[in-house]
Amino acid sequence: MDILAEQMYRENIMDYYKNPRNKGKVKDADIEFRDNNPLCGDEIEITVKLDKDKKIAEIKFDGKGCAISQAAASMLTEKILGMKLADVKKIKKDEVLEMLGIPLQPIRVKCALLGFKVMEGGIFLYESRKR
Amino acid sequence: MTSLNTKRIREDFPILKIKINGNTLVYLDNAATSQKPRQVIETVREYYEQYNSNVHRGLHKLSERASDEYEKAHEKAERFVGADNGEIVFTKNTTESLNLLAYSLGEELKKGDEILLTEAEHHANLVPWQQLALQKKAKLKFAKVELEEGKIDAEQFDKLVNKKTKIVSVTAMSNVLGNNVDVKKIGEIIKDNSDAKFIVDGAQGAAHRKTDVKKLGCDFMAFSGHKMLAPTGIGALYGRKELLEKMRPFMYGGDMIKKVTFEESTFNSVPWKFEAGTPNIAGAIGFRAAIDYLEKVGMESIEEHEKELTRYALKRLNEDERIEFIGSSKKRAGIISFNIKGVHAHDVASIFDQHGIAIRAGHHCAMPLMSLYNAAGSARMSFYLYNTKEEVDKVIHAIAHVKKIFGI
Repeated sequence: MDILAEQMYRENIMDYYKNPRNKGKVKDADIEFRDNNPLCGDEIEITVKLDKDKKIAEIKFDGKGCAISQAAASMLTEKILGMKLADVKKIKKDEVLEMLGIPLQPIRVKCALLGFKVMEGGIFLYESRKR
Repeated sequence: MTSLNTKRIREDFPILKIKINGNTLVYLDNAATSQKPRQVIETVREYYEQYNSNVHRGLHKLSERASDEYEKAHEKAERFVGADNGEIVFTKNTTESLNLLAYSLGEELKKGDEILLTEAEHHANLVPWQQLALQKKAKLKFAKVELEEGKIDAEQFDKLVNKKTKIVSVTAMSNVLGNNVDVKKIGEIIKDNSDAKFIVDGAQGAAHRKTDVKKLGCDFMAFSGHKMLAPTGIGALYGRKELLEKMRPFMYGGDMIKKVTFEESTFNSVPWKFEAGTPNIAGAIGFRAAIDYLEKVGMESIEEHEKELTRYALKRLNEDERIEFIGSSKKRAGIISFNIKGVHAHDVASIFDQHGIAIRAGHHCAMPLMSLYNAAGSARMSFYLYNTKEEVDKVIHAIAHVKKIFGI
């Protein structure tokens, strides 16, 4: 499939890339996790503060990398803010890709899912420590 | 005009006619692997269609011919780098050649011995030595890269080498910086001050300029066939014969033995001692055809052609103040690593792809070097004999498109 750059880098992606929502670091975070994509060196860190019901009260991402990885991570933080951890765990990869709503080259899917992978890792670490 | 008849050369490379996203392919990822001319493809095809069989063992016509062609490939590769008979071992690639050395030379390494590399090494010439050093409690040292110029100063080896230095392994041309390293000079300093084995990583160097291992004065040189028009899966290791003869094999099995009893084995002579099992026969024969092709065009002419293209590309890129170089912005061999300020290299490569332009983006298997430049990655274009100035112009055009999309 031919993918036109204009489709891939459409306006809302570029908007999230240039004006990222929820960028930074949450203080006294309950969940803190970072990972990178060894292929390209993209890096994402996600920090989360939970409320007493295990809902995401505050979430921020930090990192550097391509427009796709950074925009996707920013969108993800917006999507899951206020959600229960148990519900966040139910989110499937496809939902994240749908959220972006753009065609991606196979190799760029990894970029798009980096934030999601970091969130998964963070929750896993958080829950295994609690146990 | 450049010194090569690229129009005629391009006719020999069927892949250069294909369309990517509606545009004719512009292949600028030659430092990763080169394209293959039909002369190589046809040679491989002929082997499979006319005399496919195993080497060195069959007493039949096909095997006789396959063995003969395979041995001619050895001789061809030997002559190509100025080695003597028996001094070229066929491997899978540069990585395997270097691992063979780390494994075999590593056996003699003792605690406190030193291994000397440079900061510009590809992971293939770093990780094997790093792991060996950890295992043997040896010390790993690195010669510095002068970042602005992307240069490795040979003189510094004088201070780095000492009696404890047992292995020195240095790239002849960094796959990121595209610099020509003065390995000859480094070799002289090493030999004057130590008994270290001197290894050259020729993955880029040997593919892009005339290389004579005897003139370089190295003990070993690793290189890949697939980066110089040969099929993938064929590489080579040059080693001085007296050293290869003393070294223990890297892999054991068929074809590398003289005599085997239930208790012990005696090994075949070099290079076969290091070529256990059925080798990549088609790859080796294709490698020979690739060298034939390169020699017909002439390595000096290829080097000159790439220099000219690089000069032109640097001039065009320097006109754009948003372009940042990894390494020199003025003088380099045919590998140019750069970033467009404010745009990640992956985004650059994705947009280039739409224009049919194939480049590499990322850390180029040189993460430690990239960290010195505080760069997570870069875009990299690398030239070969079939590339043209028109293709460079297409790159400049694609850069404008990237900037438009990113609003810069």
